[in-house]
Amino acid sequence: MCGIVGLHLKNSQLAPRLGELLVPMVDALAVRGPDSAGYALYVADAPSGAFKYSLRAPHAEYEWKGLGRLLETRINSSIEIRPKANDAVLVTLTDEAPFRAALTEEAPDVKIFGWGRTLEVYKDVGHPLEICDRYGLPAAAAYQGLGHTRMATESAVTTEHSHPFGVAEDLAVVHNGSFSNHATIRRELIDRGHHFDTDNDTEVGARLIADTLSTGADLEVALKTIVARMDGFFTLLVATRTQFAVVRDAFACKPLVVAETEDFVAVGSEYCALADLPGIEGARVFEPMPEEVHTWTTEGA
Amino acid sequence: MTAPAPTPAVTELDCTRLSISEINRALGALPDGAHARITNPRGKHNLAVGLTRPLEITIEGNAGYYIAGLCDGPNVTVEGFVGWSVAENLMSGTVRVRGNASESAGASSHGGMVIIEGDASSRTGISLKGGTVCVGGSVGHMSGFMAQAGVILVGGDAGEALGDSLYETVIYVAGHIKSLGSDAREEDLTETDVAQVKDLVEICGFDHVDPANVRRVASAKQLYNFSALKDQKY
Repeated sequence: MCGIVGLHLKNSQLAPRLGELLVPMVDALAVRGPDSAGYALYVADAPSGAFKYSLRAPHAEYEWKGLGRLLETRINSSIEIRPKANDAVLVTLTDEAPFRAALTEEAPDVKIFGWGRTLEVYKDVGHPLEICDRYGLPAAAAYQGLGHTRMATESAVTTEHSHPFGVAEDLAVVHNGSFSNHATIRRELIDRGHHFDTDNDTEVGARLIADTLSTGADLEVALKTIVARMDGFFTLLVATRTQFAVVRDAFACKPLVVAETEDFVAVGSEYCALADLPGIEGARVFEPMPEEVHTWTTEGA
Repeated sequence: MTAPAPTPAVTELDCTRLSISEINRALGALPDGAHARITNPRGKHNLAVGLTRPLEITIEGNAGYYIAGLCDGPNVTVEGFVGWSVAENLMSGTVRVRGNASESAGASSHGGMVIIEGDASSRTGISLKGGTVCVGGSVGHMSGFMAQAGVILVGGDAGEALGDSLYETVIYVAGHIKSLGSDAREEDLTETDVAQVKDLVEICGFDHVDPANVRRVASAKQLYNFSALKDQKY
């Protein structure tokens, strides 16, 4: 069992309150996944052309300024670092490949949990509500966000195995369920040049989505590929800089409730996660049918 | 001249002030015939479960999983929609949902009646053991899976694999059936069937269903075959 929640805003006036609205959604589903949690936020606050890298240090007292200076010298570009507990968002104009190479050289123990123009990823082990507080979710602003509460079944309880998985530019994936053919698909993806950070089944699904997106396809196509290729139980919530999408497996064994109003699209494993949202009384509430991909697009993101 | 029977006092139980356990304990302590309102349910699970007295309970809003499960006696009405497994293992009494129901509505019910006025999701009436499950709208895939006894009435359409591995449950569908499951087959409607559906339609208030114009789905008994056991020794 795991819990997934997401909030995609149609009304940008709600953006300053997105974190405040997402916290009770995550907390309502803490019972579905009390061992670890994480969330992804889409915040358009980086300078034009810059990337944001969501980094994870091995401990909370990490010397981020020192790492910033070393990286600035190596990539020959200025860096802004915004530390939050064990994590930091690093803002720079440098592309992913050279940045990743520089980071591996200077700080091999620092991990990248996600990157992109607007994406930020935070995840940790512990009670979901404490994790939200630790990384400042209550005060966070964003135009869309997704969250996950984890009850591990397929791999270890560690921060690296927690969701969301941010394995391509501005891509974040959260999953409730378990893929049964992940080893097969992992081998195929490795043969095609993909690199894996963990032995987690969800990372395989996330990298298959990234693989499809890399051909220029959108999330609709990427999630249809998931339905065609992945066996097992899954409800997936996936976001990119411009899209927000859900899909369930053929048996629909894992739940999902969608509530849509003029102001937002909210999704949650259970309705209780959505019940306190403003205007929920007038929302169109439905469950996605098996293998049905639903996508919503942010204009101008 | 006899005095009119006093209107029973209605007990109000507010989910914003009481825990689920406190609400269920309070309901369990009510005398026969008592009325209760559960307010602000906001998707909460396990409301009005395990009650064994004749009570009249209204849940005023949308509720979560396992509503009115394991009950033997009360009538429960939900003024909204419900999550998974409403009225699971119901023994007697009526559970009426004014909105939609998620998966496994009425699962494993032994008796009583589950009425979903809206749509119900997949696995409606799964493993039914004698109860009656009536859905005004449509039902999702694998409804009636391995249902052993009792009746399912669907006022709308049925999804894929309806009645897979059926035993003695009979399913009536007013609309379209996407596909039948293994060992489920459509059979001719008898006068007894029409009379039974007429009764159900009246109780439920499903005016849109014409009792003479439903499809009867029952087991073809190719998978379920007790004669295989006839000469065996244990």
